Amino acid sequence: MKGYNFAYLDEQTKRMIRRALLKAVAIPGHQVPFGSREMPLPYGWGTGGIQVTASVLGADDVLKVIDQGADDTTNAVSIRRFFARTAGVRTTTRTADATVIQTRHRIPEKTLREDQIIVYQVPQPEPLYRLEPSRVETRRMHALADYGLMHVKLYEDISRFGQISISYDYPVMVNHRHLMSPSPIPAFDNPKMHKMPALQLFGAGREKRIYAIPPWTDVRSLDFDDHPFRAIRAPHPCGLCGATDSYLDEVVIDDSGGRLFVCSDTDHCAERRTAGHVGTDGLQEAAE
Amino acid sequence: MSDATLLSARGLSLSFGAIRALAEVDVDLWPGEMLAVVGESGSGKTTLLNVLSGRLAPDAGAVWYRDPSGRLHDVHAMPAPALRTLHRSDWGFVHQDPRQNLRMNVTAGGNVGERLMAQGARHYGNIRAQAIDWLMQVEIDADRVDDMPRTFSGGMLQRLQIARTLVTHPRLVFMDEPTGSLDVSVQARLLDLIRTLVSRLKIAAVLVTHDIGVARLLAHRIMVMQRGRVVETGLTDQVLDDPQHPYTQLLVSSVLQA
Repeated sequence: MKGYNFAYLDEQTKRMIRRALLKAVAIPGHQVPFGSREMPLPYGWGTGGIQVTASVLGADDVLKVIDQGADDTTNAVSIRRFFARTAGVRTTTRTADATVIQTRHRIPEKTLREDQIIVYQVPQPEPLYRLEPSRVETRRMHALADYGLMHVKLYEDISRFGQISISYDYPVMVNHRHLMSPSPIPAFDNPKMHKMPALQLFGAGREKRIYAIPPWTDVRSLDFDDHPFRAIRAPHPCGLCGATDSYLDEVVIDDSGGRLFVCSDTDHCAERRTAGHVGTDGLQEAAE
Repeated sequence: MSDATLLSARGLSLSFGAIRALAEVDVDLWPGEMLAVVGESGSGKTTLLNVLSGRLAPDAGAVWYRDPSGRLHDVHAMPAPALRTLHRSDWGFVHQDPRQNLRMNVTAGGNVGERLMAQGARHYGNIRAQAIDWLMQVEIDADRVDDMPRTFSGGMLQRLQIARTLVTHPRLVFMDEPTGSLDVSVQARLLDLIRTLVSRLKIAAVLVTHDIGVARLLAHRIMVMQRGRVVETGLTDQVLDDPQHPYTQLLVSSVLQA
Protein backbone atom coordinates (compact mmCIF):
# COMPACT_ATOMS: atom_id res chain seq x y z
CA MET A 1 0.00 0.00 0.00
CA LYS A 2 1.38 3.38 -0.96
CA GLY A 3 2.62 5.67 1.80
CA TYR A 4 3.10 2.85 4.29
CA ASN A 5 6.15 0.75 5.09
CA PHE A 6 5.69 -3.02 4.67
CA ALA A 7 3.40 -4.25 7.46
CA TYR A 8 2.74 -0.73 8.78
CA LEU A 9 5.60 -0.44 11.34
CA ASP A 10 8.87 1.28 10.37
CA GLU A 11 11.95 -0.90 10.13
CA GLN A 12 13.61 0.50 13.28
CA THR A 13 10.57 -0.39 15.37
CA LYS A 14 10.46 -3.89 13.91
CA ARG A 15 14.14 -4.26 14.66
CA MET A 16 13.55 -3.25 18.28
CA ILE A 17 10.64 -5.70 18.60
CA ARG A 18 12.65 -8.52 17.00
CA ARG A 19 15.44 -7.95 19.49
CA ALA A 20 12.90 -8.23 22.31
CA LEU A 21 11.51 -11.40 20.68
CA LEU A 22 14.97 -12.99 20.51
CA LYS A 23 15.53 -12.22 24.16
CA ALA A 24 12.10 -13.63 25.02
CA VAL A 25 12.77 -16.86 23.12
CA ALA A 26 16.11 -17.21 24.88
CA ILE A 27 14.43 -17.07 28.31
CA PRO A 28 11.13 -18.95 27.90
CA GLY A 29 8.31 -17.33 29.86
CA HIS A 30 10.30 -14.27 30.92
CA GLN A 31 8.64 -10.91 30.25
CA VAL A 32 10.82 -8.63 28.14
CA PRO A 33 9.98 -4.91 28.10
CA PHE A 34 9.69 -3.25 24.70
CA GLY A 35 8.84 0.20 23.35
CA SER A 36 5.23 -0.38 22.42
CA ARG A 37 3.99 1.98 19.67
CA GLU A 38 0.65 3.66 19.16
CA MET A 39 -1.28 1.45 16.77
CA PRO A 40 -4.40 2.35 14.78
CA LEU A 41 -6.63 0.39 17.14
CA PRO A 42 -7.50 0.83 20.82
CA TYR A 43 -5.58 -0.75 23.67
CA GLY A 44 -7.16 -4.05 24.56
CA TRP A 45 -7.95 -4.89 20.95
CA GLY A 46 -4.61 -6.49 20.27
CA THR A 47 -2.04 -3.70 19.97
CA GLY A 48 0.65 -6.01 21.34
CA GLY A 49 -0.23 -8.93 19.11
CA ILE A 50 -0.44 -6.76 16.01
CA GLN A 51 3.05 -5.30 16.63
CA VAL A 52 4.55 -8.76 17.10
CA THR A 53 2.80 -10.01 13.96
CA ALA A 54 4.01 -7.00 11.96
CA SER A 55 7.59 -7.73 13.07
CA VAL A 56 7.61 -11.42 12.15
CA LEU A 57 5.57 -11.17 8.95
CA GLY A 58 7.37 -11.70 5.62
CA ALA A 59 6.06 -11.23 2.08
CA ASP A 60 5.56 -15.01 1.62
CA ASP A 61 3.66 -15.56 4.86
CA VAL A 62 0.03 -16.59 5.02
CA LEU A 63 -1.83 -14.95 7.90
CA LYS A 64 -4.78 -16.23 9.89
CA VAL A 65 -6.39 -14.12 12.62
CA ILE A 66 -8.84 -15.53 15.15
CA ASP A 67 -10.82 -13.97 17.96
CA GLN A 68 -12.33 -16.43 20.47
CA GLY A 69 -11.63 -19.14 17.90
CA ALA A 70 -13.68 -17.44 15.20
CA ASP A 71 -12.32 -16.04 11.92
CA ASP A 72 -15.35 -13.86 11.26
CA THR A 73 -15.63 -11.59 14.31
CA THR A 74 -14.87 -7.86 14.18
CA ASN A 75 -11.46 -8.02 15.77
CA ALA A 76 -10.30 -10.89 13.56
CA VAL A 77 -11.69 -9.42 10.34
CA SER A 78 -10.23 -5.96 10.89
CA ILE A 79 -6.75 -7.15 11.86
CA ARG A 80 -6.67 -9.58 8.92
CA ARG A 81 -7.71 -6.80 6.54
CA PHE A 82 -5.20 -4.43 8.12
CA PHE A 83 -2.31 -6.73 7.19
CA ALA A 84 -3.78 -7.60 3.80
CA ARG A 85 -3.72 -3.88 3.01
CA THR A 86 -0.47 -2.78 4.70
CA ALA A 87 1.66 -5.85 3.89
CA GLY A 88 -0.16 -7.38 0.94
CA VAL A 89 0.27 -10.85 2.47
CA ARG A 90 -2.08 -13.69 1.66
CA THR A 91 -4.65 -14.40 4.34
CA THR A 92 -6.58 -17.54 5.14
CA THR A 93 -9.09 -18.90 7.58
CA ARG A 94 -7.68 -22.44 7.32
CA THR A 95 -5.36 -23.30 10.23
CA ALA A 96 -3.39 -25.78 8.15
CA ASP A 97 -2.57 -23.21 5.43
CA ALA A 98 -1.42 -20.42 7.75
CA THR A 99 2.23 -19.73 8.59
CA VAL A 100 1.45 -16.99 11.13
CA ILE A 101 -1.65 -17.13 13.33
CA GLN A 102 -2.60 -14.18 15.49
CA THR A 103 -5.05 -15.15 18.19
CA ARG A 104 -7.15 -13.73 20.94
CA HIS A 105 -8.41 -16.09 23.68
CA ARG A 106 -7.99 -19.44 21.85
CA ILE A 107 -5.51 -21.92 20.43
CA PRO A 108 -6.80 -23.66 17.26
CA GLU A 109 -8.01 -27.23 17.73
CA LYS A 110 -5.77 -28.52 14.94
CA THR A 111 -2.26 -29.37 16.16
CA LEU A 112 0.18 -26.70 15.00
CA ARG A 113 3.35 -27.54 13.07
CA GLU A 114 6.99 -26.57 13.39
CA ASP A 115 6.77 -24.14 10.45
CA GLN A 116 4.01 -22.11 12.08
CA ILE A 117 4.11 -19.19 14.52
CA ILE A 118 1.23 -18.38 16.86
CA VAL A 119 0.98 -14.81 18.22
CA TYR A 120 -1.17 -14.22 21.29
CA GLN A 121 -2.78 -10.91 22.22
CA VAL A 122 -2.17 -10.37 25.93
CA PRO A 123 -4.08 -7.89 28.10
CA GLN A 124 -2.14 -8.56 31.32
CA PRO A 125 1.24 -10.30 31.09
CA GLU A 126 1.85 -10.47 34.86
CA PRO A 127 0.34 -13.68 36.30
CA LEU A 128 0.76 -12.37 39.86
CA TYR A 129 -0.83 -8.98 39.41
CA ARG A 130 -4.07 -9.75 41.24
CA LEU A 131 -2.11 -11.13 44.18
CA GLU A 132 0.79 -8.69 44.47
CA PRO A 133 0.17 -5.09 43.42
CA SER A 134 3.82 -3.99 43.35
CA ARG A 135 5.68 -4.62 40.09
CA VAL A 136 8.98 -4.22 41.89
CA GLU A 137 7.96 -7.09 44.12
CA THR A 138 6.61 -9.34 41.34
CA ARG A 139 9.81 -8.83 39.35
CA ARG A 140 11.79 -9.87 42.42
CA MET A 141 9.55 -12.93 42.81
CA HIS A 142 10.20 -13.91 39.19
CA ALA A 143 13.93 -13.36 39.62
CA LEU A 144 14.03 -15.59 42.70
CA ALA A 145 11.46 -18.09 41.38
CA ASP A 146 9.45 -17.38 44.54
CA TYR A 147 6.00 -18.53 43.44
CA GLY A 148 4.46 -19.70 46.72
CA LEU A 149 1.92 -16.89 46.45
CA MET A 150 0.37 -18.32 43.28
CA HIS A 151 -0.19 -21.60 45.09
CA VAL A 152 -1.82 -19.69 47.94
CA LYS A 153 -4.39 -18.52 45.40
CA LEU A 154 -4.98 -22.11 44.26
CA TYR A 155 -5.21 -23.23 47.91
CA GLU A 156 -7.81 -20.53 48.56
CA ASP A 157 -9.84 -21.71 45.56
CA ILE A 158 -9.92 -25.31 46.77
CA SER A 159 -10.77 -24.38 50.35
CA ARG A 160 -13.60 -22.12 49.16
CA PHE A 161 -15.02 -23.95 46.14
CA GLY A 162 -13.65 -27.47 46.53
CA GLN A 163 -11.72 -27.14 43.28
CA ILE A 164 -9.43 -24.75 41.42
CA SER A 165 -11.92 -22.29 39.97
CA ILE A 166 -9.72 -20.56 37.38
CA SER A 167 -11.36 -21.24 34.03
CA TYR A 168 -9.24 -18.99 31.79
CA ASP A 169 -5.81 -17.35 32.03
CA TYR A 170 -4.77 -20.37 34.09
CA PRO A 171 -1.16 -19.81 35.26
CA VAL A 172 1.52 -22.08 33.81
CA MET A 173 5.12 -22.87 34.68
CA VAL A 174 7.32 -22.59 31.59
CA ASN A 175 10.49 -24.64 31.27
CA HIS A 176 10.33 -25.45 35.04
CA ARG A 177 11.40 -21.89 35.77
CA HIS A 178 9.11 -18.96 34.94
CA LEU A 179 5.52 -18.52 36.03
CA MET A 180 3.63 -17.22 33.02
CA SER A 181 0.18 -16.00 32.10
CA PRO A 182 -0.99 -17.92 29.01
CA SER A 183 -3.17 -14.89 28.04
CA PRO A 184 -6.92 -15.35 28.60
CA ILE A 185 -7.21 -18.65 26.75
CA PRO A 186 -9.53 -21.20 28.39
CA ALA A 187 -7.80 -23.65 30.72
CA PHE A 188 -8.98 -26.23 28.18
CA ASP A 189 -6.26 -24.98 25.81
CA ASN A 190 -3.42 -25.08 28.36
CA PRO A 191 -2.32 -28.65 27.57
CA LYS A 192 -1.86 -27.65 23.91
CA MET A 193 0.96 -25.30 24.93
CA HIS A 194 3.00 -28.15 26.38
CA LYS A 195 5.70 -29.22 23.91
CA MET A 196 3.95 -27.43 21.06
CA PRO A 197 5.91 -27.76 17.79
CA ALA A 198 5.08 -24.16 16.78
CA LEU A 199 6.79 -21.04 18.13
CA GLN A 200 4.51 -19.17 20.56
CA LEU A 201 4.89 -15.39 20.89
CA PHE A 202 2.99 -13.15 23.32
CA GLY A 203 2.56 -9.39 22.93
CA ALA A 204 1.06 -7.05 25.51
CA GLY A 205 0.83 -3.58 23.94
CA ARG A 206 -0.55 -1.49 26.79
CA GLU A 207 1.70 -3.21 29.36
CA LYS A 208 4.68 -3.05 26.95
CA ARG A 209 5.84 -6.62 27.47
CA ILE A 210 6.77 -9.44 25.11
CA TYR A 211 7.32 -13.07 26.09
CA ALA A 212 7.65 -16.34 24.24
CA ILE A 213 7.67 -20.12 24.41
CA PRO A 214 10.11 -21.76 21.98
CA PRO A 215 8.97 -24.96 20.20
CA TRP A 216 8.97 -28.18 22.24
CA THR A 217 9.17 -26.43 25.61
CA ASP A 218 7.72 -27.83 28.82
CA VAL A 219 4.60 -25.94 29.90
CA ARG A 220 2.88 -27.19 33.06
CA SER A 221 -0.35 -25.86 34.51
CA LEU A 222 0.02 -25.26 38.25
CA ASP A 223 -1.84 -27.68 40.49
CA PHE A 224 -1.65 -29.75 43.67
CA ASP A 225 -0.71 -33.43 43.81
CA ASP A 226 -4.14 -34.32 45.19
CA HIS A 227 -6.01 -31.76 43.06
CA PRO A 228 -4.50 -32.22 39.60
CA PHE A 229 -5.17 -29.83 36.74
CA ARG A 230 -8.31 -30.60 34.75
CA ALA A 231 -9.22 -29.17 31.37
CA ILE A 232 -12.85 -28.10 31.68
CA ARG A 233 -15.20 -28.52 28.74
CA ALA A 234 -18.97 -28.18 28.44
CA PRO A 235 -20.38 -31.76 28.57
CA HIS A 236 -22.06 -31.65 25.15
CA PRO A 237 -21.24 -32.53 21.55
CA CYS A 238 -21.02 -29.64 19.05
CA GLY A 239 -24.52 -28.91 17.72
CA LEU A 240 -23.29 -28.40 14.16
CA CYS A 241 -20.50 -30.93 13.64
CA GLY A 242 -21.00 -33.33 16.54
CA ALA A 243 -17.42 -32.98 17.82
CA THR A 244 -16.98 -34.22 21.38
CA ASP A 245 -13.36 -33.15 21.86
CA SER A 246 -13.43 -29.46 20.93
CA TYR A 247 -13.97 -26.37 23.08
CA LEU A 248 -17.57 -25.18 22.89
CA ASP A 249 -19.32 -21.83 22.92
CA GLU A 250 -22.79 -21.64 24.41
CA VAL A 251 -25.14 -19.67 22.17
CA VAL A 252 -28.57 -18.47 23.30
CA ILE A 253 -30.89 -19.08 20.34
CA ASP A 254 -34.31 -17.95 21.55
CA ASP A 255 -36.02 -16.35 24.54
CA SER A 256 -37.44 -19.60 25.94
CA GLY A 257 -34.23 -21.12 27.27
CA GLY A 258 -32.97 -22.54 23.99
CA ARG A 259 -29.24 -23.22 23.96
CA LEU A 260 -26.87 -24.29 21.23
CA PHE A 261 -23.38 -25.55 21.90
CA VAL A 262 -21.03 -25.05 18.96
CA CYS A 263 -17.28 -25.35 18.41
CA SER A 264 -15.60 -22.06 19.22
CA ASP A 265 -13.00 -22.84 16.54
CA THR A 266 -15.02 -22.03 13.39
CA ASP A 267 -12.41 -23.43 11.00
CA HIS A 268 -12.33 -26.73 12.86
CA CYS A 269 -16.13 -26.97 12.80
CA ALA A 270 -16.42 -26.06 9.10
CA GLU A 271 -13.75 -28.59 8.17
CA ARG A 272 -15.54 -31.36 10.04
CA ARG A 273 -18.86 -30.50 8.42
CA THR A 274 -17.25 -30.56 4.97
CA ALA A 275 -15.96 -34.02 5.84
CA GLY A 276 -19.53 -35.10 6.50
CA HIS A 277 -19.84 -34.89 10.30
CA VAL A 278 -23.24 -33.63 11.40
CA GLY A 279 -24.43 -32.64 14.86
CA THR A 280 -27.96 -32.77 16.26
CA ASP A 281 -28.69 -29.16 15.24
CA GLY A 282 -26.74 -29.29 12.00
CA LEU A 283 -29.47 -30.75 9.77
CA GLN A 284 -31.99 -28.25 11.08
CA GLU A 285 -29.70 -25.41 10.06
CA ALA A 286 -29.23 -26.87 6.59
CA ALA A 287 -33.01 -27.15 6.19
CA GLU A 288 -33.54 -23.49 7.06
CA MET B 1 25.16 -25.32 75.86
CA SER B 2 27.42 -25.96 72.90
CA ASP B 3 30.12 -23.46 72.11
CA ALA B 4 29.14 -22.97 68.46
CA THR B 5 26.99 -19.86 68.11
CA LEU B 6 23.96 -19.83 65.85
CA LEU B 7 24.19 -16.14 65.08
CA SER B 8 26.97 -13.75 65.95
CA ALA B 9 27.62 -10.15 65.10
CA ARG B 10 30.74 -8.08 65.61
CA GLY B 11 31.17 -4.32 65.60
CA LEU B 12 27.79 -3.41 64.07
CA SER B 13 27.53 0.32 63.41
CA LEU B 14 24.88 2.20 61.55
CA SER B 15 24.06 5.89 61.32
CA PHE B 16 21.02 7.57 59.86
CA GLY B 17 22.57 10.94 59.03
CA ALA B 18 23.66 12.45 62.33
CA ILE B 19 21.80 9.84 64.39
CA ARG B 20 23.87 6.89 65.54
CA ALA B 21 21.38 4.04 65.57
CA LEU B 22 23.97 1.37 66.31
CA ALA B 23 27.47 1.82 67.68
CA GLU B 24 29.90 -1.10 67.91
CA VAL B 25 27.26 -3.67 68.85
CA ASP B 26 28.33 -7.28 69.38
CA VAL B 27 25.72 -10.05 69.60
CA ASP B 28 26.04 -13.79 70.21
CA LEU B 29 23.16 -16.20 70.12
CA TRP B 30 23.42 -19.92 70.81
CA PRO B 31 20.99 -22.57 69.48
CA GLY B 32 17.77 -22.79 71.48
CA GLU B 33 18.50 -19.63 73.40
CA MET B 34 16.25 -16.62 73.82
CA LEU B 35 17.91 -13.25 73.89
CA ALA B 36 15.96 -10.16 74.87
CA VAL B 37 17.00 -6.73 73.68
CA VAL B 38 15.55 -4.05 75.96
CA GLY B 39 15.81 -0.30 76.03
CA GLU B 40 13.66 2.77 75.65
CA SER B 41 12.22 3.69 72.27
CA GLY B 42 14.79 5.15 69.91
CA SER B 43 17.62 3.16 71.48
CA GLY B 44 18.22 1.16 68.29
CA LYS B 45 16.50 -2.10 69.23
CA THR B 46 14.45 -2.49 66.07
CA THR B 47 17.35 -1.30 63.92
CA LEU B 48 19.49 -4.00 65.50
CA LEU B 49 16.84 -6.60 64.69
CA ASN B 50 16.66 -5.45 61.08
CA VAL B 51 20.45 -5.55 60.72
CA LEU B 52 20.70 -9.01 62.33
CA SER B 53 18.05 -10.40 60.01
CA GLY B 54 19.74 -8.99 56.92
CA ARG B 55 16.94 -6.57 56.09
CA LEU B 56 19.14 -3.53 56.67
CA ALA B 57 22.84 -3.29 55.80
CA PRO B 58 25.15 -1.89 58.52
CA ASP B 59 27.80 0.78 57.86
CA ALA B 60 30.40 -1.42 59.53
CA GLY B 61 30.56 -4.86 61.10
CA ALA B 62 29.33 -8.28 60.07
CA VAL B 63 26.64 -10.79 60.99
CA TRP B 64 27.44 -14.50 60.80
CA TYR B 65 24.87 -17.27 60.69
CA ARG B 66 25.72 -20.95 61.12
CA ASP B 67 23.53 -23.21 58.93
CA PRO B 68 22.43 -26.71 60.03
CA SER B 69 25.47 -28.28 58.37
CA GLY B 70 27.77 -26.07 60.47
CA ARG B 71 28.94 -23.69 57.76
CA LEU B 72 29.13 -19.99 58.54
CA HIS B 73 27.45 -17.45 56.26
CA ASP B 74 28.00 -13.71 56.22
CA VAL B 75 24.36 -12.57 56.21
CA HIS B 76 25.08 -9.30 54.42
CA ALA B 77 27.35 -10.82 51.78
CA MET B 78 24.84 -13.55 50.91
CA PRO B 79 23.26 -13.54 47.48
CA ALA B 80 19.65 -12.30 47.61
CA PRO B 81 18.09 -15.68 46.68
CA ALA B 82 19.97 -17.43 49.51
CA LEU B 83 18.89 -14.81 52.04
CA ARG B 84 15.30 -15.09 50.82
CA THR B 85 15.41 -18.88 51.16
CA LEU B 86 16.76 -18.47 54.68
CA HIS B 87 13.96 -16.07 55.57
CA ARG B 88 11.28 -18.47 54.43
CA SER B 89 12.74 -21.66 55.88
CA ASP B 90 15.31 -21.47 58.70
CA TRP B 91 14.29 -18.05 59.95
CA GLY B 92 11.09 -16.38 60.98
CA PHE B 93 10.08 -12.83 61.73
CA VAL B 94 7.25 -11.84 64.07
CA HIS B 95 6.16 -8.24 63.73
CA GLN B 96 4.58 -6.04 66.33
CA ASP B 97 1.66 -5.45 63.97
CA PRO B 98 0.51 -8.83 62.60
CA ARG B 99 -1.09 -7.08 59.62
CA GLN B 100 2.40 -6.40 58.27
CA ASN B 101 3.11 -10.08 58.00
CA LEU B 102 -0.29 -11.62 57.31
CA ARG B 103 -2.20 -11.46 54.05
CA MET B 104 -5.47 -9.96 55.17
CA ASN B 105 -7.43 -11.10 52.08
CA VAL B 106 -6.31 -14.73 52.38
CA THR B 107 -7.90 -17.23 54.80
CA ALA B 108 -6.16 -18.26 58.00
CA GLY B 109 -5.31 -21.64 56.46
CA GLY B 110 -3.80 -20.01 53.39
CA ASN B 111 -1.74 -17.71 55.57
CA VAL B 112 -0.31 -20.58 57.57
CA GLY B 113 0.22 -22.69 54.44
CA GLU B 114 2.03 -20.03 52.43
CA ARG B 115 5.49 -20.77 53.80
CA LEU B 116 4.96 -24.48 53.21
CA MET B 117 3.95 -23.84 49.61
CA ALA B 118 6.86 -21.46 49.12
CA GLN B 119 9.09 -24.33 50.18
CA GLY B 120 7.55 -26.57 47.55
CA ALA B 121 4.74 -28.40 49.38
CA ARG B 122 2.27 -29.40 46.66
CA HIS B 123 -0.21 -31.66 48.45
CA TYR B 124 -3.35 -29.76 49.38
CA GLY B 125 -4.49 -32.27 52.00
CA ASN B 126 -1.18 -32.23 53.85
CA ILE B 127 -0.88 -28.44 53.74
CA ARG B 128 -4.37 -28.07 55.14
CA ALA B 129 -3.80 -30.68 57.84
CA GLN B 130 -0.63 -28.90 58.94
CA ALA B 131 -2.39 -25.53 58.90
CA ILE B 132 -5.17 -26.89 61.13
CA ASP B 133 -2.64 -28.52 63.42
CA TRP B 134 -0.81 -25.23 63.85
CA LEU B 135 -3.97 -23.24 64.41
CA MET B 136 -4.77 -25.59 67.29
CA GLN B 137 -1.24 -25.28 68.66
CA VAL B 138 -1.74 -21.52 68.91
CA GLU B 139 -5.19 -22.05 70.44
CA ILE B 140 -7.32 -21.01 67.47
CA ASP B 141 -10.35 -23.22 66.77
CA ALA B 142 -9.85 -25.58 63.82
CA ASP B 143 -13.15 -24.46 62.28
CA ARG B 144 -11.76 -20.95 61.81
CA VAL B 145 -9.33 -22.28 59.20
CA ASP B 146 -11.35 -20.85 56.29
CA ASP B 147 -12.07 -17.50 57.93
CA MET B 148 -10.47 -14.25 56.88
CA PRO B 149 -7.95 -12.69 59.28
CA ARG B 150 -10.01 -9.50 59.37
CA THR B 151 -12.65 -11.37 61.39
CA PHE B 152 -10.01 -12.20 64.03
CA SER B 153 -9.30 -10.25 67.20
CA GLY B 154 -5.93 -8.61 67.81
CA GLY B 155 -4.67 -11.43 70.01
CA MET B 156 -5.82 -14.07 67.52
CA LEU B 157 -4.08 -12.22 64.70
CA GLN B 158 -0.85 -12.25 66.66
CA ARG B 159 -1.23 -15.97 67.35
CA LEU B 160 -2.01 -16.57 63.68
CA GLN B 161 1.17 -14.74 62.78
CA ILE B 162 3.12 -16.97 65.13
CA ALA B 163 1.56 -20.10 63.59
CA ARG B 164 2.44 -18.83 60.12
CA THR B 165 6.02 -18.20 61.18
CA LEU B 166 6.61 -21.45 63.06
CA VAL B 167 4.94 -23.84 60.60
CA THR B 168 8.22 -24.48 58.78
CA HIS B 169 10.05 -25.16 62.08
CA PRO B 170 12.55 -22.31 61.85
CA ARG B 171 15.72 -22.49 63.95
CA LEU B 172 15.81 -18.77 64.59
CA VAL B 173 12.97 -16.32 65.07
CA PHE B 174 13.21 -12.54 65.28
CA MET B 175 10.44 -10.96 67.33
CA ASP B 176 9.75 -7.26 67.32
CA GLU B 177 7.59 -6.41 70.35
CA PRO B 178 5.28 -9.39 69.78
CA THR B 179 3.01 -8.37 72.66
CA GLY B 180 3.26 -4.62 72.14
CA SER B 181 -0.19 -3.90 70.77
CA LEU B 182 -2.19 -6.22 73.02
CA ASP B 183 -4.00 -5.67 76.29
CA VAL B 184 -2.55 -7.16 79.47
CA SER B 185 -4.65 -10.32 79.79
CA VAL B 186 -4.08 -11.26 76.15
CA GLN B 187 -0.38 -10.50 76.57
CA ALA B 188 -0.07 -12.98 79.40
CA ARG B 189 -1.64 -15.79 77.38
CA LEU B 190 0.50 -15.00 74.38
CA LEU B 191 3.70 -14.92 76.43
CA ASP B 192 2.80 -18.27 77.90
CA LEU B 193 2.21 -19.64 74.41
CA ILE B 194 5.47 -18.27 73.02
CA ARG B 195 7.40 -19.69 75.96
CA THR B 196 5.86 -23.15 75.52
CA LEU B 197 6.35 -23.29 71.77
CA VAL B 198 9.90 -21.96 71.83
CA SER B 199 11.07 -24.37 74.50
CA ARG B 200 9.30 -27.36 72.91
CA LEU B 201 10.63 -26.69 69.40
CA LYS B 202 14.03 -25.56 70.68
CA ILE B 203 13.93 -22.36 68.68
CA ALA B 204 16.48 -19.64 69.22
CA ALA B 205 14.98 -16.18 69.30
CA VAL B 206 15.97 -12.55 69.43
CA LEU B 207 13.21 -10.69 71.19
CA VAL B 208 12.98 -6.92 71.07
CA THR B 209 10.88 -5.39 73.81
CA HIS B 210 10.63 -2.32 75.96
CA ASP B 211 8.84 -4.31 78.61
CA ILE B 212 11.19 -5.62 81.30
CA GLY B 213 8.48 -8.02 82.49
CA VAL B 214 8.31 -9.71 79.09
CA ALA B 215 12.09 -10.07 79.05
CA ARG B 216 12.15 -11.56 82.54
CA LEU B 217 9.48 -14.08 81.67
CA LEU B 218 10.85 -15.28 78.33
CA ALA B 219 14.53 -14.57 77.95
CA HIS B 220 17.59 -16.52 79.03
CA ARG B 221 19.90 -13.61 78.44
CA ILE B 222 19.30 -9.91 78.17
CA MET B 223 20.97 -7.02 76.41
CA VAL B 224 20.29 -3.46 77.52
CA MET B 225 20.64 -0.77 74.87
CA GLN B 226 20.87 2.97 75.18
CA ARG B 227 21.43 5.37 72.27
CA GLY B 228 22.66 2.63 69.96
CA ARG B 229 25.11 1.14 72.46
CA VAL B 230 24.91 -2.04 74.50
CA VAL B 231 25.35 -0.82 78.06
CA GLU B 232 24.89 -4.10 79.86
CA THR B 233 24.49 -7.75 78.95
CA GLY B 234 24.21 -10.99 80.90
CA LEU B 235 21.82 -13.61 82.25
CA THR B 236 18.34 -12.16 82.64
CA ASP B 237 17.96 -12.69 86.38
CA GLN B 238 21.48 -11.48 87.04
CA VAL B 239 21.02 -8.25 85.10
CA LEU B 240 17.56 -7.50 86.42
CA ASP B 241 18.26 -8.40 90.06
CA ASP B 242 21.66 -6.76 90.23
CA PRO B 243 21.89 -4.08 87.54
CA GLN B 244 25.36 -2.52 87.26
CA HIS B 245 24.90 0.27 84.73
CA PRO B 246 23.04 3.40 85.88
CA TYR B 247 20.69 3.22 82.91
CA THR B 248 19.77 -0.40 83.68
CA GLN B 249 19.22 0.55 87.33
CA LEU B 250 16.88 3.29 86.19
CA LEU B 251 15.06 0.95 83.86
CA VAL B 252 14.59 -1.75 86.51
CA SER B 253 13.55 0.66 89.24
CA SER B 254 10.99 2.33 86.99
CA VAL B 255 8.97 -0.89 86.69
CA LEU B 256 5.99 -0.96 89.01
CA GLN B 257 6.35 -3.69 91.59
CA ALA B 258 3.38 -6.00 91.50
